[in-house]
Amino acid sequence: MTDPLTPVLTANWADERAWKLSNYERRGGYDALRSALQMDPAEVVTLVKDSGLRGRGGAGFPTGMKWSFIPQDNPKPKYLVVNADESEPGTCKDIPLMMASPHTLVEGVIISAYAIRANHAFIYVRGEVLHVVRRLQQAVREAYSAGYAGHNILGTGYDLEVIVHAGAGAYICGEETALLDSLEGRRGQPRLRPPFPAIAGLYASPTVINNVESISSVPSIVANGADWFSSMGTEKSKGMTIYSLSGHVANPGQFEAPLGITLRQLLDLAGGIREGHQLKFWTPGGSSTPMLTDAHLDVPLDYEAIASVKSMLGTKALQCFDETTSVVRTVLRWTEFYKHESCGKCTPCREGTWWLVQILKRMEAGRGQHGDIEKLLDLCDNILGRSFCALGDGATSPITSAIQYFRDEFEAAMHTPAWEMFPYERSTIFVREPAGA
Amino acid sequence: MSDLIEPLPSSPNGHAGGDVASEELVGHGHFVTHFDEPSLDYGVTETKITETTLEEMRSIAARYPQARSALLPMLHLVQSIEGRVTPAGIEACAEILGLTAADVSGVATFYTMYKRRPVGEYHVGVCTTALCAIMGGDEVYAKLQDHLGIGNDETTADGKITLEHVECNAACDFAPVIMVNWEFFDNTTPEKAIELVDQLRAGVEVQSTRGARVCTWKEAERVLAGFPDERADEGPTAAGPSLLGLRIASEHGWRAPDPEHATDRPDEGDR
Repeated sequence: MTDPLTPVLTANWADERAWKLSNYERRGGYDALRSALQMDPAEVVTLVKDSGLRGRGGAGFPTGMKWSFIPQDNPKPKYLVVNADESEPGTCKDIPLMMASPHTLVEGVIISAYAIRANHAFIYVRGEVLHVVRRLQQAVREAYSAGYAGHNILGTGYDLEVIVHAGAGAYICGEETALLDSLEGRRGQPRLRPPFPAIAGLYASPTVINNVESISSVPSIVANGADWFSSMGTEKSKGMTIYSLSGHVANPGQFEAPLGITLRQLLDLAGGIREGHQLKFWTPGGSSTPMLTDAHLDVPLDYEAIASVKSMLGTKALQCFDETTSVVRTVLRWTEFYKHESCGKCTPCREGTWWLVQILKRMEAGRGQHGDIEKLLDLCDNILGRSFCALGDGATSPITSAIQYFRDEFEAAMHTPAWEMFPYERSTIFVREPAGA
Repeated sequence: MSDLIEPLPSSPNGHAGGDVASEELVGHGHFVTHFDEPSLDYGVTETKITETTLEEMRSIAARYPQARSALLPMLHLVQSIEGRVTPAGIEACAEILGLTAADVSGVATFYTMYKRRPVGEYHVGVCTTALCAIMGGDEVYAKLQDHLGIGNDETTADGKITLEHVECNAACDFAPVIMVNWEFFDNTTPEKAIELVDQLRAGVEVQSTRGARVCTWKEAERVLAGFPDERADEGPTAAGPSLLGLRIASEHGWRAPDPEHATDRPDEGDR
């Protein structure tokens, strides 16, 4: 039986100056790179395939399989791109990882680039996290100086340029094809697929795009083996992963555990919901994943089990809201986020999110009109599956799931403002009234 | 249709989401949205861009297999010199990359970090996406507006503070969160936020709750353009909530399996 928590990626986060190369090496850092460079690149791909690692950025696609789609007979250069544009509401795992231990990512980048035979790798990090950008820049510089990156890495003849690229504020660039357009110096708008990035990605060349946590898991897999990795987790959801607990929790934070732990177990470790309150609703993996309720506390947090309750594991961003929270208000604010972040390319998403906000705003004010709930659902139905990328789909998740579980609150929005039913101050961390007042 | 655009009473906590300020009714049945925002002010002709800046722009372009990839960092560099994106900055990027000014302008107006109006010395971004808003971000934002006497995306008369409500900044376990020049200020309250902006206006050096001493907005933009400063080693490895799971694991002696025994597969089908 594996332990409830299994720190691997987070293991050095309490170390003094863990971001420095010397401290990373003291823990065996870059040993995995040395091992990987002794292997044939195809063997590294097979190893990651065998480990069962699935993408940690939301979709859960098997990482090794993604790598194996790169056509090695294609004469164009191959590229590795790390999606470090963490901005899905609720998601907050990659930022502390890159801040604390950027070398974990950089080592993963070099091994992964070697596996797919890329000579250029990019870390596309959102621009709004200055200190993370600094730590990444420094880690890459240190890796070059130590001979882990650049020309003729560790004397093996393998060359790799690693470029840290700061974005400029656009959630849509977390969508992989929009990220590629952005990295090419364009507006970040998604591309039609196929062709998939593995065939025609960056500069129309074969490209692998992986999340920070996925790439950061690679060194541990190389170091400890595929069996070690797959000894953690469930049958189809292997390995350890970082769960991010936030919201009305006594002690929010990051928990690295085998896939399949439950929210009840995590809440037990976090001291439960804040004192005097009860869980009302939560997201399993960011705002784009349909919300769940206290009826789902014992659903294993793995890809299959969460899908079985009509949601998605997503980024494992567990945002918890207690009974003081207005569902209508929360959903409005998420919808405003999608409206703001819609890139404008596809009409259903661009216009639909705009109309959703108009209706939700009047509902928050207690001025919902007869038929508004049906209108919201109809709008969602016209957005879902009708846009290039998943942003539009994600925008509908909070609304349809909220109406499914809390329809009565939307009914009440026909006559009572949300702030009267749920005085907003009671939801804040600096609430001055006693609980239940 | 007309009932959909009926003005609504605002919520008591100063609802900060979306483009509230720019969505006020104008005339009958017409909304001003962010699509209607003015583009660059082409009346501005002065520039601080020098030959050195152009050299740095070329050096950014040289980092990439294809030069156009340099456009985002180049625009960050423009902001570090000009305090915003200027027509001269657009022209410089276009010339170096062999693009039209319209191409560059189209990119510059897509991303929220690129500013068309001058930004103050300190950009204060209050997260008002759902979770932070509910945990207190709305109240923090409203109190800062009152205290500073400015609205969204506006700058104090002394040029010190630009206030903006921002979308999720990936620090939800530290909610509510403020960013100053894109450094984290975690677990904020209205009182802490007001003290923070007062210190910034008074010229007091402040340090991020888990990052470096705060530099100016222009200096931050220079780092984002790929020219590092000397502050990477400031601040802790990680703080508070980031360490919670690790601390609990170490208290219980919990750890990942020993690689030597990994093949035993003790928990197969454990679910």
